[in-house]
Amino acid sequence: MTAISAAERNRLESKYPAVFRQGFFRRWGLLLGVGLTVAYLVFCWFFFSVGPALQNGKWDRAGIYIQDWYSWRAQPRLRFEDGAVVPQWSSRGQYAEGAEIDWLTPHDDGSMTATFGSADDRLEISTTQVDVYVDGVAWPVMITDNGVLAPRNPPANIEQDGSKVLVSYGFAGQAEIRDNQVAVQRRFLGWANFLYDPRSPLWGNDLFDTVGLVFSGHGQQVLSEWLGNRAWQHADILAKLMQTLVMAFVGTLFATLVAFPLAFVAARTITPNRAANWLMKRGFDFLRSIDMLIWALFFTRGFGPGPIPGIAAIFFTDTGALGKVYAEALENVDDKQREGVKSVGASPASVNRFGVVPQVLPVFISQSLYFWESNTRSATIIGAVGAGGIGLKLLEAMGTNSDWDKVAYMVLLILGVVFLFDNVSNAIRSRLIGPAAH
Amino acid sequence: MADIAHIPPLSPASETLLRHYRSQVLTRRVYSVIGVALVVVALLAAMNYANAANSGKFFDRIPYLFDFLKNFVPNDPLEIFRAMFDIESPYYDGSLKFDYTSDRHYLTESLYIPNFVYQLIITVNIAVVSTIIGGSLAFCLCFFAATNLVGAGVVRWVVRRIMEVLRAFPEIVIAGLLTAVLSIGPIAAIAAVSLHTIGALGKLFFEVVENADMKPEEGLRSVGATRLERVRFAILPQVLPNFVSYTLLRTEINVRASTIIGAVGGGGIGEVFRLSIGRDHAAKTYAIVILLLVTIVCIDQFSGWLRRRLVGNQSFELGRGAA
Repeated sequence: MTAISAAERNRLESKYPAVFRQGFFRRWGLLLGVGLTVAYLVFCWFFFSVGPALQNGKWDRAGIYIQDWYSWRAQPRLRFEDGAVVPQWSSRGQYAEGAEIDWLTPHDDGSMTATFGSADDRLEISTTQVDVYVDGVAWPVMITDNGVLAPRNPPANIEQDGSKVLVSYGFAGQAEIRDNQVAVQRRFLGWANFLYDPRSPLWGNDLFDTVGLVFSGHGQQVLSEWLGNRAWQHADILAKLMQTLVMAFVGTLFATLVAFPLAFVAARTITPNRAANWLMKRGFDFLRSIDMLIWALFFTRGFGPGPIPGIAAIFFTDTGALGKVYAEALENVDDKQREGVKSVGASPASVNRFGVVPQVLPVFISQSLYFWESNTRSATIIGAVGAGGIGLKLLEAMGTNSDWDKVAYMVLLILGVVFLFDNVSNAIRSRLIGPAAH
Repeated sequence: MADIAHIPPLSPASETLLRHYRSQVLTRRVYSVIGVALVVVALLAAMNYANAANSGKFFDRIPYLFDFLKNFVPNDPLEIFRAMFDIESPYYDGSLKFDYTSDRHYLTESLYIPNFVYQLIITVNIAVVSTIIGGSLAFCLCFFAATNLVGAGVVRWVVRRIMEVLRAFPEIVIAGLLTAVLSIGPIAAIAAVSLHTIGALGKLFFEVVENADMKPEEGLRSVGATRLERVRFAILPQVLPNFVSYTLLRTEINVRASTIIGAVGGGGIGEVFRLSIGRDHAAKTYAIVILLLVTIVCIDQFSGWLRRRLVGNQSFELGRGAA
C-alpha cells in the first residue's frame, strides 16, 4: 500500500465521514461483546466450581470406561487351593464351563500359564512363585508367608504395592498377585459373546458359522438363541427401542391430528373471531411452554412407566408447538384461492377444503415430519426420566458402571435409527414440497 | 372436480384429455387411501403395542390419574407461593413436604435466594453456557462444512459427519459418562448440551453460509485477500444476523434440554422437580411448574423480540426444522 497525500486524506475524510467516525458501539461493540462473554464464562467457572470438580474427577476410571466401549475384559481369580491354581469366574464370566481358553493354560503339576498378547509376555503361576515374563525376560515374584515379594530392580510393569504385586501389560491386561490368589484382567478388542451367551448350545459359533447355520436350516434356533442372549439381552433392548420409536410416532401423529383442526380456529384469517383466536393461541402457548419433562413426570405418576406417559408427554407439548406453527402457516396462505372458491358459492367447509388445505398440507406434513425426527431423539431422554423405553435401559446400563459395551451397542442402535428416520423423512419431504425446500 | 362430463359434444382430443384427467385423479385417490390406511394400521398397531408394554394399562389407569390429580392439591393456594419463596409454612410438621425454609441460599445474614429460584438460575446458566460453548465451536466448524468455501472435498464430508453424529448422539449417554467420572453435577449437563448444540447449530450455520452471496468474496479475492480476510469481511457480515438469531432460538431449546438433563443427573431445577413430584409434594411441585412456565415464556418472548429485530419475520417460518 502506498501512502496517500494529506490533502487526499482530508478529502476522503470529509467526503465519507461515516466510515472514519464510527459510533462507539460500531467500533467496540464486538470486542465488548466478546469481553463480556469471557467474563461471564469465568464467572460460571467459579459458580459451577468447575476447577475442583475436574480435579476430583476419577480420570483413571474414565480411561477404563472408554476402553469398555469397544473391548471386553476376562476377569478370572486364580485361587491357590491345596497347592494347585484354580480359576474362579464371576457371574459375568464370558466362558462356558470347561471351555478351553487359549490364553489361560493349566498344567498337570497344578500351575497355570496366562499369556498377555504374545508368548514373551506371560505369567507362569504356581502357588509358591509367579514368573512374570516381560519381553521374554523372566522376573520371579516370590509368594511367602509374609506377603508377596517383587524381584529387585523390576521393570516399570512390575510394582510392589504393600504386600501385593501389581503387573501391567498395558491394553492387553494386568494382574494383581496376592498371597492367596492372582486376579487377572485380560482385555480383548470387540464385544464378548455378542451372538450367544456361554450357556447357549450355540456358544462358540462366530458370525461365519452363524450364517452357515442359518443357511443349513437352523434359522429359528439361531434367532431364538440370539434374542435370548442373557449377557446382552437383545430381545429386551430391541423391545425397548421399539417402545421409544412408538412413543415418538404415536405422540407426533396424535399431536398432528389434534393440532390440525385447532389451528383453523386459531388462525385469524380463517376464523374471524378474535376471542377464539386468542384463547386457542394462548392454549397452544401454555401446552408448549410447560416443559416436556413436566408432562413426562406427571404422566409417569399417572400411568406408570412405559410408552404411554412418553406418548402423552410428546402429544401435549407438540400439540402446542405444531398448533402454533400450523396457525402461522394458515395466516400466510394466499387469499386468491379462497376467494375463488367462495365466489362460486361454496360452503365455508368447502372453502377451507379446496381453497386452503391444498396450500398448507405439504407444509403441515413437512413440519410434522421434522417434529417426528426430533421426537425420536427426545423420546430417549423422556424415557430416561421414567417413561421407559431405551432411555431407561441406557440409564440402567450406565448405572452399573460395568456395562459400557452395552451402552455402546444401544448408542449405535439409536444412531442407526435416527439416521434412517432422517433419511426417510427427508425423502418424503422432498417428494411433497420439492427438493429445494429443505 | 364434479360435472365436467355433461358438457355436450366433446371433441376426441378433449375426450382423451378428460379420460387422462380422470385416471390421474383415480390413481391419486387410490394412493391417498392406501397411504392413510397404512398410517392408521401402523398407528393402531403401535398403540396396541404401547398399551401392552406399559406397566399400567391405559383404561385401567385413567381413574387413578384423576385420583392422583384430586389428591395432588396443596392445603391452600398460598402454600404454592410459600414454597416458591421459601417462607415458613403454617402446616409444618417436621416432614420434608412442608419444609420450605431449610434449603435457603443465604447471601448475607438475612438476604437469601429461595432454593427453587437458585436451582432455576443454575438451569438457565447451564443452558446459556452450553449455548455459548457449543455456538462458538459450531461457528468455527461451520465454515469447513460449507461447499462454497471449502468445496466438496474430504474436509466437508468429515466435518458434516461429525456434526451429524453429535446431533444424533443421545445426550444422556454423555451426561451419564461424565457423571460416572465427575460425580453428579452441572458439568455433565453442560458437556452434554454443548456437544448437541455444536451439531445442531453447526448444520444451521453452514446452510446459512452456503446461501451467502459470493460476489463480495470474489471482490476481495481479486484484490488478493487471504482466506481468513475473505471470510471475515465478505461472508461474516452477511451471515452474522442469522447466526445470532439461530443461537437465540437454540438458547430457548437448551433451557428445556438442560431442565431434562437435570432430571437425569445434571442437577438444577429438573432434579428438584423430579424429586418433589415423586414424593407427592404438591405445593412444591406447583411452585416449580409456575416458575418454569414463567421463565420459559419470558425467555421465549425476549429471544423472539430480539430475533424479530435482527432478521425480521423470516426466522419464524422455520419451525422446529431448526431443532
